[in-house]
Amino acid sequence: MSYPLSRDQHLELYYYMKLNRALDEQLVRLFRQNVVVGGLYSNLGQEATSVGTAYALEKRDWIAPMIRNVGGLLVKGYKPRDILMQYMARYDSPTHGKDGTSHFGDIKVRHVVSPISMLGDLVPVMAGVAIGGRYLGQNIVAMTWVGDGATSTGAFHEGLNFAATQRAPLVLVVENNQWAYSTPVAKQVPIHDLADRAKAYGIASSIVDGNDVVAVYQTTKEAVDRCRAGKGPVLIEAKTMRMKGHAQHDPAEYVPKEMFAYWEARDPIARYEKYLTENKIWDEKTKAALDARIDKELKEDLEFAEKSPLPPPELAEQGVYCDGCHTVEAEWKRSKREVTPPQSSVKPEWQVSDFGGFDLPAAVTKQAAAAAGNGGKAASSTAHGTKPMHAKSDGKTAAQKSNGRPDKSAEKMKVAQRVPFGRGPKGKAGRK
Amino acid sequence: MAQVTMLEAIRQAIFEEMERDPTVVTIGEDIGVYGGAFKVTAGLLERFGWERVIDTPISETAIIGAAVGMSYQGLRPIAELQFIDFIACCFNQITNFVAKSHYRWGAPVPMVMRGPSGGGVHGGPFHSANPEMYFVHTPGLKVIYPSTAYDAKGLLKSAIRDNNPVLFFEHKFLYRRIKEELPTDDYTVPIGKAIVRREGRDLTIVTYAAMMHTSLEAAEELAKEGIEAEVVDLRTLLPLDKDTILQSVKKTNKLLIVHEDTRTGGIAGEIAAVACEGAFEDLDGPILRVTAKDSPVPFSPPLEERFLPNKDDVIATARELARY
Repeated sequence: MSYPLSRDQHLELYYYMKLNRALDEQLVRLFRQNVVVGGLYSNLGQEATSVGTAYALEKRDWIAPMIRNVGGLLVKGYKPRDILMQYMARYDSPTHGKDGTSHFGDIKVRHVVSPISMLGDLVPVMAGVAIGGRYLGQNIVAMTWVGDGATSTGAFHEGLNFAATQRAPLVLVVENNQWAYSTPVAKQVPIHDLADRAKAYGIASSIVDGNDVVAVYQTTKEAVDRCRAGKGPVLIEAKTMRMKGHAQHDPAEYVPKEMFAYWEARDPIARYEKYLTENKIWDEKTKAALDARIDKELKEDLEFAEKSPLPPPELAEQGVYCDGCHTVEAEWKRSKREVTPPQSSVKPEWQVSDFGGFDLPAAVTKQAAAAAGNGGKAASSTAHGTKPMHAKSDGKTAAQKSNGRPDKSAEKMKVAQRVPFGRGPKGKAGRK
Repeated sequence: MAQVTMLEAIRQAIFEEMERDPTVVTIGEDIGVYGGAFKVTAGLLERFGWERVIDTPISETAIIGAAVGMSYQGLRPIAELQFIDFIACCFNQITNFVAKSHYRWGAPVPMVMRGPSGGGVHGGPFHSANPEMYFVHTPGLKVIYPSTAYDAKGLLKSAIRDNNPVLFFEHKFLYRRIKEELPTDDYTVPIGKAIVRREGRDLTIVTYAAMMHTSLEAAEELAKEGIEAEVVDLRTLLPLDKDTILQSVKKTNKLLIVHEDTRTGGIAGEIAAVACEGAFEDLDGPILRVTAKDSPVPFSPPLEERFLPNKDDVIATARELARY
């Protein structure tokens, strides 16, 4: 499916990507001047993925960025000064100096959830944002990014599996930037395409050139529309490259030079500039005007950031708890009566679509088909009620073979309600 | 007026809050059709439906993560850990994501994490834990551990209405063993307030949860010997009600702390420090403690009996303290 972009939208994509990069370069200068407090995590080379994905969302939609998704934050309306002050640990930063980097957010207006340093943890959280939004009738989509490295975490698996079972409107962008700190993706996972993970969760997926902003946008827009239509989560693998070390201190000497050269030739901004020129979407004058605007904004924001003081020390122990400083309000977009008794009441029993048995005849048919293209060797084993390891398995081993037909009387599983309240002491041995 | 168990009191609190406020939802393993491993959530699904009573895969990290996400949407999720021991599986979500959210970026997390805890029911090393101190040591959380049906209901309601993440420990030994009549009105019990369960002049016993009952029984026996113990029930462990503790210590001049948690790093150490900082001049004896042994909770009855502190331990230690 194709989603045409207007000239203004094309230029806006350039603006965000270029701003993302200019801000990155500015931060490197500040880091070298010792103005940045702590580490600096470059976005270089990944601007198209951050910007293109976030650009496919609507204002009401939610994001949770990773540390290299400054582009997504800019699309969501944050200003360079916010990022600058976060890295400079200033009082006027979104977290007032309590946290740095892209570790900030805004649940009320921009719908941005702050990341934490533990990777993968955003996946279940954004699944919750997604089903929370659905519950309130908001018709929103939640999106988050994980790196190739984060796909190895338990939180990634738990979150994605939960989102899939809930058919949550969640777009998960796996930003495959080839390196998890110093470890190449091949040492993180034994598969080439991280999008393959989606199959095991029974969700849709696609792979996109993460350095082609228009392709990233198109792919994400399709995923977002699919989610909004209630078709469940989508995993997008964006193939890109981290063009610096893990953080500024890391010279990334472990990356083959040829690999950097390969990706440098595919620089997302240079490619997009060429695309805009070849398609006559802009001219030199437009580019110059946009670049000048970016320079000006960045300069103004840097001045603002430099004027912001460091936080007062006493702030350290403030704000641990919400003591009425924030109001908690849900934005209802559906009638509360739908989720209030009696309308919310249901029959508390499971409906199961099948009985999960081995189903020998089907297995034989499937296996015969597979064997036709595979030398026919495995087919004989099915006659003994086994399936080869590579076949779609229901989790049972060959030893647990079933005799095929489930008991007809149990076709509709009913689970009776037991309310054993007030049984009182069991009278069994306990404490004295 | 019928007497209700602590379990029923907890169920009533959830039920009434869900009835009162459609932003209250529940999430956990086997809480819907089955009604929860202990049946705390029985009947909820039937009344409030699939969207508000969410059965999850066996994924504690996803349960807590999803609850945080829902709370950012302005909902008030109640997450059930089937046994509180399993809270270790989602430690990162709770200590790093949940607890630091408001401090770091001003996003309140109005959620409750609740589950059955405690020993005495031969649950073994993975179904008997008292992991409260991991979380008492985590700024940003509130930790509640009630000892009566009245408190359980009132405190759970307060927890659900609170804008902060609250851990709510339910001692499973007490679930069906204690009963009392509850008021019919919509009452709450304030978080962070201890209560004096028994007045006394000779020494103070600070305790909570199942050990509150053990301590009260011990106090009755001690009274026969002429030792009048004051029993302070903490009810909330974080924030700790230092005022009530100090007030009692200043009155009795002696402090004994009783908890079912293991000894090293248990809250007794913290309370001893509080007493030294705030009432050192008033102390007429050493601060003593009766706790579980420093081991995992063992399974076999004689082992578990040995592991858990009991009434006799409390009496013996109180006698020792009373001699000063």
